[in-house]
Amino acid sequence: MFSANKPFSMHLDPDAFLPATEEEKAYISKMRPSSTFFRDGCKRLLRNKVATVSLILIILITIASIVLPMVWPYRYEAMLGVRPGKPVDSSYNNLAPFQWGKSELKRIEAGEQLFPHIFGTDAHGRDYFIRVVYGTRISLAVGFFASIIVLIIGMTIGSIAGYFGGKVDLIIMRIVDIIYSLPDMLVIILLSVVLNKTLNVENTIFAKIGANIISMFIVFGLLYWVSMSRLIRGQILSLREQEYVLSSQATGASGRWIIRKHLLPNCISVIIISTALQIPNAIFTESFLSFLGLGVNAPMPSLGSLASDALNGITSYTYRLIIPAVVICLIVLSLNLFGDGLRDAFDPKLNA
Amino acid sequence: MSSKMLFYIVKRILLAILTIWIVITVTFFVMHAVPGGPFMSEKAISKEAQAALEAKYGLDKPLMEQYVTYLRDIVTKFDFGPSLKQRGRMVIDIIMDGMKTSAKLGVIAACSAAVLGIVLGAVAAIRRNTVLDKTIMVITTAFVSMPSFIMGSFLLIIFSVRLGWVPANGASQGGLILPVITLALYPMSYITRLTRSSMLDVLGQDYIRTARAKGVSYWRIIFGHALKNSLIPVITYFGPMLAFIVTGSMVVEQIFAVPGIGRQFVSSITNRDYTMIMGTTIFLASLIVIMNLVSDLLYKVVDPRIEFD
Repeated sequence: MFSANKPFSMHLDPDAFLPATEEEKAYISKMRPSSTFFRDGCKRLLRNKVATVSLILIILITIASIVLPMVWPYRYEAMLGVRPGKPVDSSYNNLAPFQWGKSELKRIEAGEQLFPHIFGTDAHGRDYFIRVVYGTRISLAVGFFASIIVLIIGMTIGSIAGYFGGKVDLIIMRIVDIIYSLPDMLVIILLSVVLNKTLNVENTIFAKIGANIISMFIVFGLLYWVSMSRLIRGQILSLREQEYVLSSQATGASGRWIIRKHLLPNCISVIIISTALQIPNAIFTESFLSFLGLGVNAPMPSLGSLASDALNGITSYTYRLIIPAVVICLIVLSLNLFGDGLRDAFDPKLNA
Repeated sequence: MSSKMLFYIVKRILLAILTIWIVITVTFFVMHAVPGGPFMSEKAISKEAQAALEAKYGLDKPLMEQYVTYLRDIVTKFDFGPSLKQRGRMVIDIIMDGMKTSAKLGVIAACSAAVLGIVLGAVAAIRRNTVLDKTIMVITTAFVSMPSFIMGSFLLIIFSVRLGWVPANGASQGGLILPVITLALYPMSYITRLTRSSMLDVLGQDYIRTARAKGVSYWRIIFGHALKNSLIPVITYFGPMLAFIVTGSMVVEQIFAVPGIGRQFVSSITNRDYTMIMGTTIFLASLIVIMNLVSDLLYKVVDPRIEFD
């Protein structure tokens, strides 16, 4: 504004009012597009090699478990030795990897091209590879949907308790305290035992999924929302004191609107991280219940039930235990590592 | 002991009692909601025999009366009624029988997990970012991601079936070695990670720098200042650790054929021995709730900085 050689002069320097040169314009214009919180987090996540590899692995396993059963020539529940109108061909049972049943050998001699049984077959003559793939799909689906259920219930209750406070909060938090102090696994087992017997899902849309998985979802929904709701309540408690909430209240916004438009978007990182870490937890519980015989209904496989079935022939067919075990460990490990990576990338407290 | 602390302790004990009562109530009513009742599985039973059986076990009375009797027997006599499938045995006798083995298994596993976990965690924190630290972290991450039935099966394959070092049957001499290892690995890994992160946190505190500045010896800082304070969060894990060991022992006892309470529980589920399922659930749940209470109270007592609310 003021000319440099006359620092105390009140005279305006006309040079200061010249249009900006191209060089000056380039200086002011932004060097790169401005980044959002979400984009920043993604960038940090992709820089984390372990998390990226885990993410790729999870995506590959998920896609494989969805696509492979569609294109595979064998079905997970088909007992290859059983043909209508013929005696059961037991040569199909317990095939070693890349072996064939009797009638298949004949067809190969006749010059037919057949798809190999990569992992052999199980004790009932079912192709083991497709059973593992299908079991992976079931386990992933259980983990994923259970987390969604937990997310929805926990988010709703947690945000209500946090935003409204007072008596509502007190009552909800006492219930949370009690559920939290219940030994979850024992209650899950108890409820699964009972729900398996009482749930009648025949003739409903759930019939295909089976009573056991439905009861698992109910149990997850009943018990596991507490830690999620505690987390979200804590976040909302601190967020609701912010000025933008006050201004929204002053302009007459309803509590519902404020929770949905202002508070929840601000705890999105906490929500994503704890949901991601919830999935392996649910997969663990599912495999544990399947191992105790409370999991999926036969003939549907899950990784847990495959491993538990394999225990019977552990000495002669060790690989049948190792395969589902490795898949479970891979899924859980990569989900855990990915969740850790998410936390490092998105937790605002850590990037300060 | 301040009055605030006393109030907190009383509050926690009341909450624990309430929790146990809820467990008993939920267990009772949920089990009685199963259609058909406990004797349905036995086929070809006459009407009279059915009525006689129900009268014998008090199942013909109204539900509320059964509930009050059940609750009273547990509170006053520690009696969970007779087992439905193991004729002539009381549930509490079966539980106590199983607990002899399971308690031994659980206590050894818990102690070794705590000791090894704390040592490994402290070593990893002191030798931070070295090969040793990274190796410990990779191994513990792998163990945390492995369900205990898979760990148990692998140990069984390797050490009993292939190498033949230890017997596969948990009831025989030395048969508890593999079950203990299986049960201990997960809590050990968890404690290692917990100790490492809290130790790193403590090592960055100002009072450690002060101690170093005034010339306290290295090992005294590690043992006297850092380790002692970093063990506080580990205490809170004792409750969840017991819960893990209880549920883990169901699987582990199944795999290694250990005659303990977990195996009894699983077989009572498959046999539909309803009184046994109820009794074991209530017994184990109370055990876990009490252990949680103890570890929580201990945590507050050990750390004077913690506020009572």
